[in-house]
Amino acid sequence: MSFLSLTSIKKSFGPVQVVHDFNMDIEKGEFVSFLGPSGCGKTTVLRMIAGFETPTSGKIVINGRDQNSLKPNQRNIGMVFQAYALFPNMNVQDNVAFGLKVAGVDKSEIDSRVKQMLGLIKLEHLADRFPYQLSGGQQQRVALARAIAVKPQVLLLDEPLSALDAKIRVSLREEIRQIQQQLGITTVFVTHDQEEALSISDRIVVMNAGRADQIGTPFEIYNTPSTRFVASFVGTLNIIEGKVADPAAGAVTIGNQQVALKDPIAGMKGGDSISLALRPEAGSIAEGAKGDTALAGEVVSTSFLGSVIRTRLRVGGDVISFDMFNNPGVTPPVSGDNVTLRFAAKDLLVIRE
Amino acid sequence: MKKIWAWGALLFGLLYFTLPLIGMTNFSLKMRRGEYSFDAYAKVFADPRFQETFSYSVLQALFTIVFGVLLVVPTAYWVRLKLPRLRPYIEFITLLPLVIPAIVIVFGYIRLYNTSSWLPLTGSLTGTNILLMFGYATLALPYMYRAVDTGLRTIDVATLTEAAQSLGAGWATILARIILPNVLVAVLSGAFLTFAIVIGEFTMAALLNRPAFGPYMQLLGANRAYEPAALAVIAFGITWGCLGLIQLVSRFQKSAPPKA
Repeated sequence: MSFLSLTSIKKSFGPVQVVHDFNMDIEKGEFVSFLGPSGCGKTTVLRMIAGFETPTSGKIVINGRDQNSLKPNQRNIGMVFQAYALFPNMNVQDNVAFGLKVAGVDKSEIDSRVKQMLGLIKLEHLADRFPYQLSGGQQQRVALARAIAVKPQVLLLDEPLSALDAKIRVSLREEIRQIQQQLGITTVFVTHDQEEALSISDRIVVMNAGRADQIGTPFEIYNTPSTRFVASFVGTLNIIEGKVADPAAGAVTIGNQQVALKDPIAGMKGGDSISLALRPEAGSIAEGAKGDTALAGEVVSTSFLGSVIRTRLRVGGDVISFDMFNNPGVTPPVSGDNVTLRFAAKDLLVIRE
Repeated sequence: MKKIWAWGALLFGLLYFTLPLIGMTNFSLKMRRGEYSFDAYAKVFADPRFQETFSYSVLQALFTIVFGVLLVVPTAYWVRLKLPRLRPYIEFITLLPLVIPAIVIVFGYIRLYNTSSWLPLTGSLTGTNILLMFGYATLALPYMYRAVDTGLRTIDVATLTEAAQSLGAGWATILARIILPNVLVAVLSGAFLTFAIVIGEFTMAALLNRPAFGPYMQLLGANRAYEPAALAVIAFGITWGCLGLIQLVSRFQKSAPPKA
């Protein structure tokens, strides 16, 4: 039996339904990310787990106990907010100790726990500082320490890195993951940043318009997206429109070119429209590039991104992007060049709506 | 040229406000013929009625502040947290004491709570004192509510509440340990304004026949020459002292400066 179970969760605000029949089972110690654009319902689901929103219908169970009837302060859930939410009238030490004091823990126990937590986030030397004397990254680490000091059953992270600059974001997300693994806390992380979700999660839930479009490991989500939305939201997947030529042979026509997919196309007949996906890093235009499939196209533009060169190519009616590593010995193509993109047939995926 | 006009306007304004005060202070020091003295002040301080009425009003002010804080802080907090759409209406209600004269309010009280009513508060001294305290709280409501509401605007009430709730805190803990300490400076501002209002209030105390400082000042003004001027200077000193304290306590705020 799973540790955190969300069954048929629905949520409406007035006439607007923001979460549709959401189901999810999370194992103990697992790190799950809810990934999706603004307004997709990911924070609403998180807030329902925390008890700040009440589901219109459905059931939330943590460790075998129904949570629906419990108030937020009865759920033993740690939460970290985007806006840090440190108590401005308390210093770092008192912020971390707050939950323990509320729970009536002994003073000596509080002192040792606070010390342990501050050690975990490496901020022992700032114990007497007030929140306004800390940087954003430091504040968020204190917020994390405060949330885990009470030994919560579940840790909820509501876009905790969004307000931080890029460098701090990367280091703090690694720190969060390390602490989560060290303590084995079941964690739900909400983000709209796919790189964040891919880099630290055991599993990702890609949410779209209040529904879970796909649930899977980062590897599955990135490499085998099951819907057009997942394919376009995670990474920079190219969507290529074509027509089925021969479903049994997996043959597809793109513009006036024909390519063969790795497998036969199930549930479609010749002449049907089909959407295919290709990762930008899956193809190459280099001479002697490997790949059993090829598409010819005209270069639209080339962007130098440092370690990577991104080229946009017109193929049939679509413009697709592909990336290649920067090689000082090789001149990148220029706009108007006709090139051949080679890739493996297995990388061309059929996308269902 | 423009600067001369600006300085001239400032000088005129300063003289307009300070000359009467200087004149009054000067007069209050002239009780002894031919020389300046504090005789009028000594007489005022030695008068047992001054001590009695002043301590009565101070006590009333303290009770009014406590009652005001207990009424206004949870109300303003709840309105911001759960009923933001009601804010304009609540603000309107809290501003009513500014447009309804105190005499109307106190006559309403007397009519509602007289000895033949269902709650005969005016039938006993304690009841009348409580009624007067309610009246003072009503008069101070616009200042107290605005001060607290402004203080609440500087903190993220909703997120702080949710953070505290997720750490196991109930409503009483949240109010006492998170919200109140973070709006303390605002509450103190409201408290000092309340203190100044209560100390100088005349209408309610006179009509409820309580020995407050306001009616005493009026009584003294009607019967003496120099003492009322000394008393007025003392009253000004108390009010300005309160304003100075507001400035002082706002420097002790430990949290971040208010959001723009």
